[in-house]
Parts: sequence; structure tokens; C-alpha cells
Amino acid sequence: MTVLADLTFSAVALSAVYFLAASGLSLIYGLMDVLNFAHGLFMTLGAYAAWDLTTHLTSTLSAPLNFAVGVLAAIVAGAVVAGLTELWLIRPLYGRPISQILVTIGLDLAAVGLLLGGFGSNSLSMPVPLWLFEATHWGSLSLPNADFVALIAGVVVLVGLEWFLRRTRYGIIIRAGVENRDMVRALGVDVGRAFTLVFILGGAMAGLAGLLNSVVFNGDLVSPLQGDGLLIFAFIVVVIGGLGSIRGSAVAALLVGVVQDFSNYYLGSHPGMAEIGNLSVVLLLALVLEWRPRGLFGGTL
Amino acid sequence: MSTAIEVSELHVSIGGSHILQGVSLEVATGEVVALLGRNGVGKTTTLRALMGLVPRAGTIRVRDQDVTRWPPHRIARLGVAYVPEDRDVFSALTVAENLRLAEQVAAPNYDAVYELFPELRQRARQRAGTLSGGQQQMVAVARALLNEWPVLIVDEPSKGLAPRLVAELTDVLARVSAATTMLVVEQNLAVVRRLAQRVVVLDHGVVVHQGPVGDLEDADLMRQLLGVSA
Repeated sequence: MTVLADLTFSAVALSAVYFLAASGLSLIYGLMDVLNFAHGLFMTLGAYAAWDLTTHLTSTLSAPLNFAVGVLAAIVAGAVVAGLTELWLIRPLYGRPISQILVTIGLDLAAVGLLLGGFGSNSLSMPVPLWLFEATHWGSLSLPNADFVALIAGVVVLVGLEWFLRRTRYGIIIRAGVENRDMVRALGVDVGRAFTLVFILGGAMAGLAGLLNSVVFNGDLVSPLQGDGLLIFAFIVVVIGGLGSIRGSAVAALLVGVVQDFSNYYLGSHPGMAEIGNLSVVLLLALVLEWRPRGLFGGTL
Repeated sequence: MSTAIEVSELHVSIGGSHILQGVSLEVATGEVVALLGRNGVGKTTTLRALMGLVPRAGTIRVRDQDVTRWPPHRIARLGVAYVPEDRDVFSALTVAENLRLAEQVAAPNYDAVYELFPELRQRARQRAGTLSGGQQQMVAVARALLNEWPVLIVDEPSKGLAPRLVAELTDVLARVSAATTMLVVEQNLAVVRRLAQRVVVLDHGVVVHQGPVGDLEDADLMRQLLGVSA
């Protein structure tokens, strides 16, 4: 029973990171039909910004404060890079999906190359508070604090996004735009601003996901290719949840995290089954698409 | 009388089809003009081109501004309200959210809209996708009336509605037309007679007839232009 509870908690924490990585991707596709292959870059840059700041500029601060600065840096770096990407690279290419895909892939390859050149291919260790690697004991349960952080971040972002989408004018514009962009324009709304805002939001969440991915699952290590690895799972979550659906992304992230973690734990130790978690996720994707080709919540926010 | 809408040599091609092949028409300020024609002659495309929703060539002037290259939101903010064919309400949004999305002026006139469509006030929290066709049309028209803009473009307001609802909606549009310039596409000739002062008939992407609404009484002309008996 204890193992099951520990495993479930760890799977939910993994799901939270997947949700953070996927929700921006889903919003960006849902509103703008842009398949953003640079989303992994936003995650990587978020983690590197946090590493750079906490290692070089604010390392004299107390560990918790330094970590908070890192979180903020990851969010801001992701948001700024995503906003500039939309304004400079994507905006001239609306209505040209192939060009968008090529540009975002090119941006990702070029930026990862620059990171490899500038920081090397070795992973870098980020200063984080020691309590992140400790566990909170609750009866017979031992729950890692880093998982708590990921879980809280995922829940806060989910609740914040739901509030934003349902209570603010821009949220209404985004939900309407996912359904019928032309009609939103015909009502006098400049959808271009909403496009930029969605990229900024998506980039902020991706930056946070990149940092948490390093802290929670990579033992505080930052590496140039980490975002691209996470991006694959983010795409799977978006497709399972339904392109453009935030609630879909949340449910799909939970499914993917649980299936992956449980498969790894129960089957991964058998000979030749080391990648069973990833394989299980792909099988889950195939099953969902067979059952609901537009994903679980396709078409609605 | 000044001109509210002036279209000159409008061409639209979509997917390799040359749909509008030089449409020219005018709507004077305060006038109600009905755009008529058989199915597929380009009526809806003309309205979509006016709103900037399809690639277009030629000249479109609205309220003395050349809007040919303007994006849809700028054209709308010039004071052009649009009710599309098939309503296009946002089904995942509530009625209130559909209306809120349409707000473009500091003081949108909700009182007038709810006076015209009292049912919408009661259904404010209902998702638009769960409304009947008639109620969705009310939302679509209410969205267009909220800002009290001087130009109203309406595409087939009576389409798919029960006769009682068509009569109610026609009453609303007739009231609105007293203070609004209107270009309306409509197949129901009784509605056209009630609303319009002039008719413009399209065929194969060009204007083939323009005249007073009284031309609808010319049975031979209507049979020739629309394939129907008046």
C-alpha cells in the first residue's frame, strides 16, 4: 500500500511537469494553429536562465530565496523568448504552417547548438535548497519535497489558467479564438495581441516546466537537450488531451504520468524492458486516438 | 445623400475558383439594401470580402475610408457590425460571454439589446452551443447591435428559423433599420420587402440588376433573375 501511494504521488508530480510543458503548447496550437517545435527551447532556456542567475548573480542569497529567484528567472526567460519568437518569427508566417514548423525547428536547433557551444554538452548543477532533496514523512509514507513543489506549481498554474480563461476579457477572446478566429476578428477584436499574449503565457509555463524538470527529475542538472526530451511528452499530452484544451492537457498529463511511472516501476526492471514506460505512453496515445481521434477534450477549452 | 458602403470592381478567388468577378455596388447612408441571387452566386462571399475575411482585389470604401486592405477588426471598429450566415456564435461561451466579447465601445447598450431580446437576459449564463437555432440567431444579432454601430451587415437572418421567429427577427431588424445603414443577404422575399428600399441581384459573381424593392413585384424579372415567382 505504501509503495502504491509513493508511486502515485511521484506519478502525479511527473504529471504536473508534463502539464506545465504541454498547456502552453496546446493553447498556442488551439488559438493559432501553430505547431511550435521551439517550445522545448523555451523550457531549456528557462532552466539555463535559472542556473545562470542562481549560480553567478544571486548565489549569496539564502538558499530558499535564491531558488525563488531561479523560479522567477525561468518564468521570465521563457516568457520573453516566447514573446519575441512570436513577434519576430511567427507573426510574418501566419497561414503558412509548413514555414512555421521549419522556422521553429530551425530556431530550436540553432539555439541548442549555441547552448552546446557556450556551455558544453555536460550537464550543469544548479544550486537548490537541500530540503528539496529531503522527504516529508506522513505516517508510513515518505513523499519527496521536490514532488510537492512540482505538484503545487502544476495546481497553481491550472487554477490560474482556468481563472484567466474564464474571468478575463483576454481569456474569453482566447476561448472564442480557438473556436472561430475569423468571427472574433469580425467583432472588432485584434486577435494579434491575444496571439502574443498566448505565446508569452505558454513560454512562461514552459520555462517553469524546464526548471522543475531539472530540479525534480534530473537531480538539479541542466542540459542543452533537456527541453527537446520533454517536448516529445508534451506533444503526446496535447494530442491525447485534445489540441487547444487546457482541461484536456491536465487530464492527459495525469494519464501519461501515471501510465509511465507505473509501467516503469512494475515492468521496467525486467530484462529488455528498460524503456517500457515510454512504450506504454505511446500505446496509450494509440488507444486514445483509436477511440477519440480528436483527443479526449478536442475542440473546447 | 452620402455613401456608407461603396464597392468597386471587387474580385475574390478562393481555392482556384473566381467567385466574385467585378462586383460593384453602393449603399447610401441610412439605406437598407438587399443582396439577392441564386445559391452560390457570391452573396456571402461579397459580405465576407466587405468584412475583410477573404483575400480580395478591387476597392471597398466604408464610411469614406478605403478599407480594401484593412484587417477585419479595423473594419469592424470603423462602425461595421456583422451577423454571419449560420450565426457563428461561440458555442463553448455563455450568452453573456458572447456579448461581452462583442463590446467595443465604452458604454455598450445592453438595455436596448435586452429590450429587443428579453430571453437573452434569462439565458445569460447558458452556453450558446446549447441554444436553439432561433436563440443563437438572437445572440448573433444582439452581438451586432450592442455597440450601436452605424453600419450593419447581415447574412441570411431568417435561414433555418420557424416562421414565428422570422417575423420576430424581421420586426427587430426593421426597428434597427430606422437608425442604421444595412446590407442584408436574404432569400425570404417577404423579409426583403419588409426591410429593404433597394435590391441588388448577383449572378455568376457580377451584379446583374439594381433597382427599387418594388422590382420584386415584376414576376418576369424575378423569374429571370432569381428563378422564382414573386
